[in-house]
Amino acid sequence: MAAQNTSLDDAILVADDIGVRFETAEGPVIAVDDVSFKVKPGEFLSVIGPSGCGKSTLFNVIGGLLSHHQGVVSVAGETINGPHKSIGMVFQEESTFPWRTVVDNVAFPLELIGMPKAKRIERARHFIALVGLDGFENRYPGELSGGMRQRVSLARTLASEPKILLMDEPFAALDEQTRLLLGDKVLQIQQQLKQTTLLITHNITEAVQMSDRILVMTYRPGKVKRIVDIDLPRPRTSEVVTSEPFGRYVAKIWADLREEASRGMRDEEKHALQHHGAAS
Amino acid sequence: MSATTTPARRASPGDYLPPVVGIGSLVVFFLLVELLIQLGAVNRFIVPPPSEVLGSFGRVIVEEDILQRFLLTLTECLTAGVMLTVFGVSGGVLMHRFKLLQQACETWVAAMASAPIVLMYPLFLVIFGRNAWTIIMMGFVAALPPVILKTIEGIAGTRKVLVNVGRSFNLTPTQQFWKILFPAALPTIFVGVRLGLIFALINIVGVEFLINFGGLGQLINELAERYDLAGTYAAICFVILVSILFFMVLEKAERWLRPVD
Repeated sequence: MAAQNTSLDDAILVADDIGVRFETAEGPVIAVDDVSFKVKPGEFLSVIGPSGCGKSTLFNVIGGLLSHHQGVVSVAGETINGPHKSIGMVFQEESTFPWRTVVDNVAFPLELIGMPKAKRIERARHFIALVGLDGFENRYPGELSGGMRQRVSLARTLASEPKILLMDEPFAALDEQTRLLLGDKVLQIQQQLKQTTLLITHNITEAVQMSDRILVMTYRPGKVKRIVDIDLPRPRTSEVVTSEPFGRYVAKIWADLREEASRGMRDEEKHALQHHGAAS
Repeated sequence: MSATTTPARRASPGDYLPPVVGIGSLVVFFLLVELLIQLGAVNRFIVPPPSEVLGSFGRVIVEEDILQRFLLTLTECLTAGVMLTVFGVSGGVLMHRFKLLQQACETWVAAMASAPIVLMYPLFLVIFGRNAWTIIMMGFVAALPPVILKTIEGIAGTRKVLVNVGRSFNLTPTQQFWKILFPAALPTIFVGVRLGLIFALINIVGVEFLINFGGLGQLINELAERYDLAGTYAAICFVILVSILFFMVLEKAERWLRPVD
């Protein structure tokens, strides 16, 4: 695979010393602290961590939606100071436009660049077929299931042909079986397009199933705990989840995450007790 | 994967049940009223028998120039409706865009929504004279608050993730408004326009009645003065017809602008 033959010096995405601090009623909270990593062209990197480790904050920083942060994000050597056409985002929440048909949703980024209607419909149809939704072009999102709507969002982002596909737990709201099958679909598309992908997730199975490398984050403040190389054969499908090496990777990452997740749980309990104590 | 096709469904008798029950209950209600009046339980000089109201339709249509009056009230409502949609939606958009304006004005716009503006008709008479503009402006002013408030609510209620999708595609503020905020807010804006049209129609007919000028309101006034109660109720039916027509047009417009929610 191209990603494995490329050194990190050729990184297409570089996050350098990212830090985010929020002011809250209870004082400042450091959400993300000193996070640095590189993503190679064509690579699939997942960022995994317990709830509250600042994964989504990191997603917003890399996507350019959060401007108040420390450190630098650069794509192909160019520093990013806001949303950038090189980065296509797929959000955790359902984000299709309910007033547009599937084809009009997917053609949205092409409409923005002024592509003629006939051409953009043709391009949109290509990406709709890529996510396996051919036949649903003229349906409205309200007529589709949650998984299908997320595929529309994915197709819409892919239609803008970003250099980096940035996804924030896109299948979090779906059931396990749909999630595995959509994981297959994403893998297939990623391998077909050689699409550099950065996935933010809290799901270990999903991360191991799809990634070349997994960046494990600590609980608050979110720091890089470890980066794990996933040496599973490609092309991969969801069948990989039954293999022995897959189980070993899951166990390894869970060993890292367990401590962080427990810390997060204890912190939340302490927080709830303090609040309850203050209220009573 | 291919789309599942839904076979054309044949209309079942159950489909007709709601309208049949609806119309049936109305008919039963009028029959009961008729019966109570005929039995002398209700004074026919206070409530005219429905059969008499029905019989007076022909007379009201032929003798009272109903078509012209109907068209006049309809035109006044249409003018007020267009004005309140244009100015109400623009006002709401401006107030959402400029937070200071919203913070400064939203409370009194809300207060205006519950104020009996119809009582200000002498002031409007002085400003616009005894003509259709007084009536239109009264309808317009009284109906403006719900359109403004619902527009603000609709835009502010746009899901954050949709706004973020727009930001991720680097939309300009104008594109963000026309491609995301406005279509997302449309259903709520239409609720405001519907409410506004109800307010406008009530005020327009009310002011026509009060200043004895114009369309159906004036006719209701005249018929009531003559104590022609059956004719009065028949004329009120035409006011209801104006309202029905507006709601039908509005529903079509909403479906055209936003086919599916």
